[in-house]
Amino acid sequence: MRLMNVRPGRAASLYLAALPFVLLAVAYFTGSAVRLADNPSDKLLPALSSMIESVRTMAFETDARTGSILMLTDTLSSLVRLLSALAISTALAVVFAIVIGVLPTANALLAPFVSFSSMVPPLALLPILFIVMGLGENSKIALIVIGTLPCIIRDLAMKVLELPREQLIKAQTLGASTWLVSVRVVLPQILPRLIDSLRLQLGPAWLFLIAAEAIASDSGLGYRIFLVRRYLAMDVIIPYVLWITLLAFAMDAGLRLLQRRLFPWFAAVRPA
Amino acid sequence: MSAIRFENVWKEYGDHIVLEQITLDVAPRAFVALVGPSGCGKTTFLRMLLGEETPTRGQILVNGSPLKAEPDADRGVVFQRYSVFPHLTVLQNVMLGRELQQARVLGHLFGSRRRKVRDEAMALLAEVGLAGHESKYPAALSGGMQQRLALAQAIMCGPKVLLLDEPFGALDPGIRADIHLLMKRLWHETDLTVVMVTHDLAEAFELATRVVAFERHRNRPEERERYGATISRDIEIFPRRVASAIRPAPSAPDGTTRPAGGFNQDGLVHLAKASS
Repeated sequence: MRLMNVRPGRAASLYLAALPFVLLAVAYFTGSAVRLADNPSDKLLPALSSMIESVRTMAFETDARTGSILMLTDTLSSLVRLLSALAISTALAVVFAIVIGVLPTANALLAPFVSFSSMVPPLALLPILFIVMGLGENSKIALIVIGTLPCIIRDLAMKVLELPREQLIKAQTLGASTWLVSVRVVLPQILPRLIDSLRLQLGPAWLFLIAAEAIASDSGLGYRIFLVRRYLAMDVIIPYVLWITLLAFAMDAGLRLLQRRLFPWFAAVRPA
Repeated sequence: MSAIRFENVWKEYGDHIVLEQITLDVAPRAFVALVGPSGCGKTTFLRMLLGEETPTRGQILVNGSPLKAEPDADRGVVFQRYSVFPHLTVLQNVMLGRELQQARVLGHLFGSRRRKVRDEAMALLAEVGLAGHESKYPAALSGGMQQRLALAQAIMCGPKVLLLDEPFGALDPGIRADIHLLMKRLWHETDLTVVMVTHDLAEAFELATRVVAFERHRNRPEERERYGATISRDIEIFPRRVASAIRPAPSAPDGTTRPAGGFNQDGLVHLAKASS
């Protein structure tokens, strides 16, 4: 049988999915054990026990200097930045995408500009943002918005243009104005696609967040990682990276769940 | 009631002539079937009638006045695919037209107005054989049921003209026969002038009062671009089929009109009202 026709069963799929994780863990802990046997004060590949110990002090004990739980305040300030930026991006993108997708005039006016501006490397704008908006929260949120907005607009506008022409004609023969076509035909069909688009933008959004926090911040997950880097504190950095990954993964899963719950009709019409 | 008149209509895309010298009078309440080989401009003709395309030359008149250049609620349409909205349930799909016309800002009705539209929609759904499916999404319906839904959705708004673009082309024969019966009944019981594009000659002769064939007369490669299709046959079905008259019934206390054709005395009262 050709390999392309071999399909793993349910159990086999589970094992296959677990395999890369297991391999990575085995490789890490073997390496860690070897290095620690050689030099007990090695900092590069800390043992599980020392990482657990660091997580305990970071996440379950109040910090003597600030009087707060560091990992909690870091997580909260990062999430506030990320989520407010994504909320702004999403709201603006829906409006722009519908306007561009429904109105040919707006398409002629805005589409080339959006395509062009989506090619600006957002990190290159970071110095400008810091100069103009200062080092506070605004510049970090602005970076994430600038980094994600054009991509979401382009993606969504394309999705609006992909709606069958028949549907838009049909809505007009039912008496709909441009506004009503937008709010009753286009908007509800764009929302589940917005979730797809948002899921794809989660990665870049985290990237811009960490970058902005690394450069100028006094709290946040990215700030902490770059702060403790000075002490080669791999026992903090590795759990933090895992935690960020988990947060991003949970958001992705949450969005997928939301899509299934809110838009039960979407599974049947989405291209496979 | 709508008479449609095409006066020497041409349609060209750049150098390519698709239709030429189309002159056609469609009587009110007629059921015209347009037939012809692929690429002969049947669909272009329908799109002009819909207001989606404008004629390059000539003009289209509805009841003596020029056709509006964009689709509107005077002309309902059913396409072969994508006629219903996948994000709305069956009931919501049928209610949509009224909601769009009556709630110009939100596009949603509330309270007693909503209940009234809802009741009408439920009655109409029962009429087209979709009772019990009201809360399903279109994707859960068979092809035939989706087209019944599309018909109900279009008729709910009481259009004067109903345009059908190969509406039953993708259905298998048994289902198609059933939906033909429904189509005939709707044509008799509502105040519609119907124009249908079809590939299927049998279907055309089964349903229509008049069959119009489009054909290209010059098909050599070097001529093809510069000569469009014209009307090659225009056949009145004999014996003549006449739509049942819809007369207002003076005795009706609520002012509704009644279908007088003997079809289904109460069922489609609201349809006649919607379109009168």
